[in-house]
Amino acid sequence: MDKVLSNKKIIALYVLPSLLLILAIVYIPIVLTAYYGLNEWNGIGAMTFVGLDNYLALFKDTTFWNSAWHSLLLAVFSGISLVLYLIVAMVLAARIKGANLFRKIYLIPMLLSSVAIAQLWLKIYHPTNGVLNSVLESLGFANPPAWLAESSLVLFALFIPILWQYAGFYILIYYAALKNIPASLEEAAKIDGANALQIAWKIKLPLVMEVIKVTIVLAVVGSLKYFDLIFVMTDGGPNGASEVMASYMYHEAFRAYDFGYGSAIGFFLLVICLAVTWVIRKLTASKDTIQYS
Amino acid sequence: MVTGNVKIRNDLSEARLGISSKLGYGLLYAVLIVVAALQLFPLVWLLFFSLKNNQEVFNLPPLSLPMNPRWENYEKVWSAGNIDVYFFNSVWITVAATAITVILGSLVTYAVTRMKWKGSSLVLGLFMVAMMIPVHSTLIPLFSLFNKVGLTDHPLSLILAYVAFNMPITIMILLGFYYALPREVEEAAIIDGCSVNRMFFQIVFPMTSSVLATTAIINMIYNWNEFIFVNTFISSDAYKTLTVGVQNFIGQYTTDWGAIGATLMISILPILITFLFLSNRIVEGIAAGSVKG
Repeated sequence: MDKVLSNKKIIALYVLPSLLLILAIVYIPIVLTAYYGLNEWNGIGAMTFVGLDNYLALFKDTTFWNSAWHSLLLAVFSGISLVLYLIVAMVLAARIKGANLFRKIYLIPMLLSSVAIAQLWLKIYHPTNGVLNSVLESLGFANPPAWLAESSLVLFALFIPILWQYAGFYILIYYAALKNIPASLEEAAKIDGANALQIAWKIKLPLVMEVIKVTIVLAVVGSLKYFDLIFVMTDGGPNGASEVMASYMYHEAFRAYDFGYGSAIGFFLLVICLAVTWVIRKLTASKDTIQYS
Repeated sequence: MVTGNVKIRNDLSEARLGISSKLGYGLLYAVLIVVAALQLFPLVWLLFFSLKNNQEVFNLPPLSLPMNPRWENYEKVWSAGNIDVYFFNSVWITVAATAITVILGSLVTYAVTRMKWKGSSLVLGLFMVAMMIPVHSTLIPLFSLFNKVGLTDHPLSLILAYVAFNMPITIMILLGFYYALPREVEEAAIIDGCSVNRMFFQIVFPMTSSVLATTAIINMIYNWNEFIFVNTFISSDAYKTLTVGVQNFIGQYTTDWGAIGATLMISILPILITFLFLSNRIVEGIAAGSVKG
């Protein structure tokens, strides 16, 4: 039997197409990104090797650091919003009738394309005819701001649709984790006189900690590489006030035709994402795992 | 004896807390309903303004029903805006990429979980690590690689990229299922002299139909909504998919709200209809594939 199941020809036939594809489309390009970053190149003509010039320039480029700062802010917002999602999930898991329907409704925005969401929210934020300012005006606020045109507001304004889009996703994950907690634990705590808050804080929270750690990584790394929605809604504007790392990379490569510098940004983005994943995993690593079965 | 005592105490406390706990539940429901309303409201508003003309959008309250629904908005954008072309491109590219991913992913998963070969864990590791690599870091090299082999502005560039980037998540969802699949049938088949190919295609592959459906739906949603690859690789209208097509179309018709609404509705309707019928499977797939960033 082992002989049949270790037939090398068949293994190659089953594995190689996918393996070659992923090497060609994922792994070779990230090596090339690092290499392109060492060159001056407009994407079409000849490459000129310039050593670490692009990478050194990156460290002095205030536009880049601003975009990195904006990405970091989005990551912090996303991290904080996880608390909101967790609270809603806890409410949902509190033996609510119709919980299944609620979590499905919450999930709908997550299934739609970021482009459609971005276009819809462009209309919501429309300075004169958008639903947000119409409502604000009817409530008596004269001259509500043009949300996406003000440097000081634009990142917050962009974060609302992100919050809206991903709510159902994280609530779904937390809800599933909370539902995994045996009901006997909660009942035992109730009998001992614990109130709902104590149960949530002292019993449920520690038991879903592993899932929370995973979602922190997802939210932070996801924010660091956020692109579609911002690209469509503001294209990094006004005046770079909402430029993030991925959009800056795109602009440098495909608008300014500086493929070498764009690649350096792309490589830096890769390193940051991997490093942040590693650091968060380290920081939140716990020595003792909790058993609750 | 002990349990009896406990039960009495529990009943007593519940009777005492009757009114306040009812109030508490009311409050919990209120929270959930508010969140549901926030999640749905933008989409309802979108549906309404897709059926209005500009005058009605600007002069009537935002949530007023479209009294004489203007279906001509939909007719207009469907043919005049190239939306029909984009729509069919989205359909066939999504279906093709999904079918290839699911079949290739199944072959790899089978080889990794059932067949015995050196390096199987290394190969699996390569697929899993690929999940952490940001798409953006591969964008510039992919563009220049595709350019070299004449695949830019060719739908094959999209299919290759979609298959490669969705392969890891597909394998990850399939893995759990394959590990849990009983091996007795396969062992008996091998003893009867069944070849590996026949065993995979006639026995194992059909047995995985339910998890295949889940992975296929998740793949379809990702592919349908993909934006940055289409935006970067494809330049002619004939090959654009809905995300980029919608973006371009709206760029030209920024002032016609009804047309924009109708375009957005057309782009999200397939997802909404799928969700209506297959919500359980989608919820399951999103939860299973939640590590994808």
